[in-house]
Amino acid sequence: MNTIRLNDDLISGQDSEQGINFNVSCPIPISDYPNILLAHGSGGKLMHSLLDKMMLPAFSNPLLEAQHDGAVFPVGNARLAFTTDSYVVHPLFFPGGDIGTLAVNGTVNDLAMCGARPLFLSAGFILEEGLPMETLWQIIQSMQRTAHEAGVQIVTGDTKVVDKGKGDGIFINTAGVGVIEHNLTIAPASVRSGDVILINGDIGRHGMAIMAAREGLAFESEIISDCAPLAASVLALLDAQIDVHCLRDLTRGGLASALVEIATSARLGIHIVEHDIQVTEDVRGACEILGLDPMYVANEGRFIAFVPADQAAHAQSILGDDASVIGTVQSNASTFVTMESVIGTNRIVDMLSGEQLPRIC
Amino acid sequence: MKYINEYRDAKAARQFANAIAQITTKPWTLMEVCGGQTHAIVKYGVDELLPEDITLLHGPGCPVCVTPVELIDKAVEISSRPDVVFISFGDMMRVPGTNGDLLSAKAAGGDVRMVYSPLDAVKIAQENPNRQVVFFAVGFETTAPANAMAVFQAKQRGIHNFSILVSHVLVPPAIETILSAPGNRVQGILAAGHVCAVVGYTEYEPLAQKYHVPFVVTGFEPIDILQGVYMTIRQLEQGRAEVENQYARCVRREGNLPAQKLVNDIFTIVPRKWRGIGEIAHSGLGLREAYTEFDAEKRFGLTDYSVEESSDCMSGLVLQGMKKPFECPAFGTLCTPEHPLGATMVSNEGACAAYYRYRRPDAPEKAALSKKAEVRL
Repeated sequence: MNTIRLNDDLISGQDSEQGINFNVSCPIPISDYPNILLAHGSGGKLMHSLLDKMMLPAFSNPLLEAQHDGAVFPVGNARLAFTTDSYVVHPLFFPGGDIGTLAVNGTVNDLAMCGARPLFLSAGFILEEGLPMETLWQIIQSMQRTAHEAGVQIVTGDTKVVDKGKGDGIFINTAGVGVIEHNLTIAPASVRSGDVILINGDIGRHGMAIMAAREGLAFESEIISDCAPLAASVLALLDAQIDVHCLRDLTRGGLASALVEIATSARLGIHIVEHDIQVTEDVRGACEILGLDPMYVANEGRFIAFVPADQAAHAQSILGDDASVIGTVQSNASTFVTMESVIGTNRIVDMLSGEQLPRIC
Repeated sequence: MKYINEYRDAKAARQFANAIAQITTKPWTLMEVCGGQTHAIVKYGVDELLPEDITLLHGPGCPVCVTPVELIDKAVEISSRPDVVFISFGDMMRVPGTNGDLLSAKAAGGDVRMVYSPLDAVKIAQENPNRQVVFFAVGFETTAPANAMAVFQAKQRGIHNFSILVSHVLVPPAIETILSAPGNRVQGILAAGHVCAVVGYTEYEPLAQKYHVPFVVTGFEPIDILQGVYMTIRQLEQGRAEVENQYARCVRREGNLPAQKLVNDIFTIVPRKWRGIGEIAHSGLGLREAYTEFDAEKRFGLTDYSVEESSDCMSGLVLQGMKKPFECPAFGTLCTPEHPLGATMVSNEGACAAYYRYRRPDAPEKAALSKKAEVRL
């Protein structure tokens, strides 16, 4: 779950660097750690601060600064989308998928979020000495199967082996290229006040499936990851001439982080309604036990779409029965995400600093 | 979901809010003790539904917040030793001590692990007989039984490489400290339901009488809290100061007797320092003489740490209900979850972190802090 994606969501958090002269009781500010923490890869403010302070200034260019799931650029008469992602999930196999399905779907989905038709992937394998050959074969077969289902081909690759103890069995990097077959600019900058926000299903299943498998937590029924390719759904919206303004898949950091990223980037407020966000009973139960908020739990087959209000019903019907409208883009200048709670009051939805940590009691 | 949906129902919330408004004739100030309740109040905006005349103050019941800096420093020190596996609940991992937090210790090479139960730590000790396995035994009466069970099992099984770094605190002495303070404004207490599920609520009965303050044992869902407020206000308006139980689906007056016996067998009452508040007599648990071999402080010779807390951070006043987070000039500017000046901002259940996460002064309309809380304080 703790992957770092260099071209993904490069948005400044709301981190304020204030030059503290306080005689503080907590002398190491959380964003100024001298070493990398797991939280730097969790999709929260710490990761954004890292990208904002190091990656963005160092690699500075307009494509990167578009702050989207992939870079979109013209080549001749065509527009291409290009993205990359690394996969370091533990355990390698979990209910609903494995590291191979993630490695294909994750990159396919980043291309889909650019409004592209995914075409080709690369696959880089970092294998740890001692990895069972059978495990590798299962992962490769599942990548082959998933690529076939997603309509992409894996056309180039690389394999390295590291010493025993210097990897976690297998790490996979995939990069992807897709072609854009429309004239829309699908990006946070295209979001307009009044836009309606659609989601294609319930949230939190992937993160809780991984956590249950990793920690050996047993619930009444098994939580199955939502890992799925999203390109077909996105292309269906585009084929139906929906004027899609922005798309974002809800991976690390969950729905809440994606909404905060887009609100910040688009410089517009967002208001959502908690009641309209679907969470299965199993996921809710697991989150309640551990003190986690499903709004921040990872997904691998969910995305939000920002569309004009008069096309929302049509878009929802294309996305199917599981899709729902969860909110709207506000006209106010504030860039907060606010939410009407289940008891009818309003509050802020913020991005977390790092990972959600299970609480004591 | 059963026992969740019913207690997060908008219609029921409105009904309770109306009922509270109907019986309230004058201003009242209540305190919810537990950080979990604070979190629920701010997350669901429960206080937004209350009449202007009712003020909720946030109490000291966040175990992460009140764990003294010295203990964090000791945890970081122990976890940096090469022969140690240091084990903690998740939310202690990010609390800064003088020289960083447990996540930093882990990043620097320490074997720091997170578990959901202290019994998992005993299992890790059993599986790693050549390493010292230390569990960070933090929390109120709620976590004490499981931590006691871990020590009990380690002793039973002869697991000598297991120890605990104890920072247990007790709720009733902290409440008495607040109620007896000069300038106390708290007129009614919402007691923490899960604490009472373990220890019952007989200890509150003499406190209610002595300070003439009603106590209502209250759960953690929005409707629980609204009902708890209703029951407390009803007592105040009727001039009563008794202990009532809103959380009857979990709590009995005598509590969980086997759990209490186990805690009493393993632990004894000791004075304990609370971060932001200072030392409170009889407010903590320490290992009994018969179990001192499991005391990590003794095992690693870490008994004389002392850290001066910053006078710039007002988290102590927040923990005692004397200030609200918004009254701190550093709130949201110098002090944020990424740059916490005090424990109430770093812990998820700390009042400052809850306010920062769910409300801001500059947020649009209702998501901002209600005017009444600012004006009234």
